[in-house]
This record gives sequence, structure tokens and C-alpha cells, in this order.
Amino acid sequence: MIMSRRFLRLSLLATLVGLSGCATTGGSPGDPLEGYNRAMFGFNEGVDKAIIKPLASGYRTVMPEFARTGVTNFFANLGDLWIGINNILQGKVGAGASDFGRFAMNSTIGILGLFDVASNAGLEKHNEDFGQTLGRWGVGGGAYVVLPLLGSSNVRDGFSRLVVDWHGDPVWYVGNIPTRNELLGVRGVDDRANLLDVSRLAEEAALDHYAYVRDAFLQRRRSLIYDGEPPPEAEPAKSSDSGESRDAAARVETTPAQIITQRGERIATAADEELTPAKEFAGVAAPPAAAGQEFPRVTGAVYEPRIPANYAALLAVSAEAHAGLVRTSLRP
Amino acid sequence: MMKLLFALCFSVFAAAASAQDIAPDAQVKKITNEVIEVIKQDKDIQAGNRKKIDQLVDAKVLPHFNFSRMTALAMGRNWPKANTEQQKILTNEFRTLLVHTYSGALSTYKNQVIEFKPLRAAAGDTDVTVRTQVKQPGTEPVSIDYGMEKTPNGWKVYDVVVGGVSLVTNYRETFNAEIRDAGVDGLIKSLVSKNRSLETQASSKPK
Repeated sequence: MIMSRRFLRLSLLATLVGLSGCATTGGSPGDPLEGYNRAMFGFNEGVDKAIIKPLASGYRTVMPEFARTGVTNFFANLGDLWIGINNILQGKVGAGASDFGRFAMNSTIGILGLFDVASNAGLEKHNEDFGQTLGRWGVGGGAYVVLPLLGSSNVRDGFSRLVVDWHGDPVWYVGNIPTRNELLGVRGVDDRANLLDVSRLAEEAALDHYAYVRDAFLQRRRSLIYDGEPPPEAEPAKSSDSGESRDAAARVETTPAQIITQRGERIATAADEELTPAKEFAGVAAPPAAAGQEFPRVTGAVYEPRIPANYAALLAVSAEAHAGLVRTSLRP
Repeated sequence: MMKLLFALCFSVFAAAASAQDIAPDAQVKKITNEVIEVIKQDKDIQAGNRKKIDQLVDAKVLPHFNFSRMTALAMGRNWPKANTEQQKILTNEFRTLLVHTYSGALSTYKNQVIEFKPLRAAAGDTDVTVRTQVKQPGTEPVSIDYGMEKTPNGWKVYDVVVGGVSLVTNYRETFNAEIRDAGVDGLIKSLVSKNRSLETQASSKPK
């Protein structure tokens, strides 16, 4: 069971790495993997309609509201620890301390987290994960990717989710495997049940369901990284930066060290470009190729299928691709 | 987590008789509270009675939105490509779509507490963001921000941002793609057929 899970995760990762390398062309300029993404989106929708949504609807019908709130609170409480760690990693020590305070209070007075007494006491719940931490550190998102079953993500957040986040999730540490799987299942169904209304509304609102979900995800993540106060974004910036990330993703074979040394220069130019108002309003995004030319091509390195190496490389590459995020990085 | 968001974002703009001299944040607060009051007392709305919701929205919410500015915002650089007649049709259709979504969301309101944040704006500002938060136990509070501009008829909403997602600019990429593929008329066609399918859906439901 453990082996198969590990295998599943590895194959998800392999998909992510593989996709980053073979960007498809055509479609929306901000979404280089659109062809694959649409197919995976369709698959996920199918699974959702056939299995997950019916389960979630049944769960919502059968369980009284207070019980569902208890379940949501229980898992939310376990999540506060990892949220706190990520707040501290982002330098927000006060917020992190508040998260640990929430955990302490809700686990005791709140009876194992079933009641969210901490919120009532003024300790607000936060939303953090490792993808946001990387974003805060200046790492760009990379291309938008729809993960099998997990849904909307991007290169940075997908890696964070598959490689890092689950290490900070107490449920994964439950020793008894059937119990652990049951907990994961209940949490999944509960999460889906909480989203029933919003997913229906999004479906009704969308002209193109796939694009609506994608663009909402991108806006949402950006907002979360800046804790709800993102700087205004010029329209052309969007397409140029994902164009760059597509270009960047194609160069995965460069070694991390080389990229990091180049990154500094590239960041400086990108930031300068973005601050020029004339460019922001020109209405035409700089072609990705032009961005790539400033970046000396490194050849000769052999593609290495080891995930950690590529992971670091991807993070580094996408960092230079996203000038917008760099501006608020914690770099001195 | 976000089930409410849609509901509240639009519930904000109920009737404020003459909003001329009222500050934008005070206006948001007043209208939000009035709409919530109506929803709380109306069992039909809570049960999803479409007709009653539409009435509430028409009477109290819509007058405070600037739909042509919203449509222009969603269209972005494509807005000038549409002629006056097309702009009129687009605004009308986009309005129908937005109103449908918001109306659908209204019935999901369930006693969440709404907090109004202090306005950060200088005295002479004519374009401000009014920030509110919906508090729910178990999840982080969800922000609902309103982009508002001062007009001769008082402050009007031109953008609604829920949890960081603008319900207006979220359409921009879709609109871009439609226009790239089939021109402004293609986009109009898609909007019309979307609205028509929503209408059929709504009338075929037992509610």
C-alpha cells in the first residue's frame, strides 16, 4: 500500500516534470500546457461527477450540519501546525505563533479540534502552504498544471504539494494504514462537500469552465501569496510572464547552480522592465523568445531523471521567470 | 470554504436612497446590513426561490453597480474593438450573466458574520477599494472587496473581488480567446447562448 502510494506520487511528479519540458503550442498564451490540462480537467470532472460529487452530496444530506462543522474543524485544526510552520518560514513569526496558539487552544478547550474556539477568541485562521512560502521567497509559479484528481496547480505549487506539504500533514503520520486512509477519505469528502455550492456557481458562471477555474486559481494563489494584498497587475504582464516560464521550463536540463548564478541578473532586468509604464500599457506582451535571448543558453548538461535535481532546477528557473513575485521576495 | 462568498459579494448593494454624500465604505456597510436583514427574514429566499431573489437583486443591488465599466474591465484591451452597438449588447448580456450568478449565490447565506474594514483613502479620492471580510469558523476569513468609483450619481461598484478572485476580470482570458477565435460577434453569440441555457435550466427546475 505504501509502495503503491509512493509510486503514485512519483508518477504524478514524473508527469509534472515531463510536461514542463514539452510545452504544447497554440491556445492561450498564458497556458502553455493547455492541451494536456484540458484533457486532465475533463478526466477530473468525469471522476468528480461519477464518484466524488455523489459521495459529497450524500455526506451532506446524511450528516447534520453541526457534525459536518465538527469534521471540518477537526481537520482544520491539524492543518494549523503546518500553517504555523509556513508562516514562520515566511518570516511572519507573530502569525505563526498565533497558529500554534490556535492548535493548543482548539486541541484542548475545543475538544480535539472539534470546536474552533480560537477564532472566537480572536486568533484568526490563516491559509498557508509550502507553495505560498516559496512564492513569498520569490519563486515564480511556472506553468499552470492540472494534476490528476488534485486539480488546479502550477509547477511550483504542484511540487510543493506532492513533495513537501504532506510531510507537514499529521494525518499522513497515522501509523495504522487503514485508519489513515479512512481519515484521508473522510477529509476529502468533507472538503468536497464544503465546495458543492461554489463549484455549482462557478460552473453556471463560466463561459468556458476550464478557463474560469484556471483563472480563478491563478488569481487566488497570487492573492494568497501576498496575504490578500497583491500589487496591481498590468494586463500584458500576465501573458509575457507565463511565456517566459514556458521558455524557462524548456531548459530544465541546465544545472541548478548555473541557473542560480544567472538568476540575479535576469531578475534585475525583469524588474526594470516591469516598472516602465510605457511597456505595461503597450498592449503587446514581449515575445517569450526575446526574454530568452537575454539568458545565455547552457548546453551540454545531460538530462538527469532524478527528481530532486530537477526540482531545484525548476524552482530556480521559474524564479527568474516571475519578476512580479520577485519584488516582494524576502531577499535583503 | 467559499460557498458564501458569491452570495455576499452581491448582497452588499441594496437600496441606499440617495448615496450622493455618503462615504463609500459607509454605503457598503449600510446596504450589506439591509440585504442580510431581508435574507434572514425571508424563508423563500433561503430555500432558493428564484423569483424572490431576482426581485431583491433588481430592486436593491443592481442600481449600485456600473455594468458598462464592469464589461469594459472584463474585456480589457478588446473593449475599444467593439463598436457602440456591440458594447451595448455586451454590457447587457454580461450583466445578465453576472446577475444570474449572484442571485444563485444569495440563497447560500447562513448567518456568517461580516466585518467591515476601515477605508484607506484620501479625502479627494474618486476610486477606492472597500474591504470586507466574511468570518466562518473552521476556515480563514474570506475577503470581499469592492472596487468603487465616484460618479455624479453616487459611488458605483465596478469590481467585486472574492478571496482575491475578481469576478469581473476572471472573464478576461475567456473573452480574449473568444474574440481571437471568432471576433466580438463571436463573444456576443457565446454570451447569448450561455444566458439562454441558464434560463432554460432555471425554468426546468422544480423550484
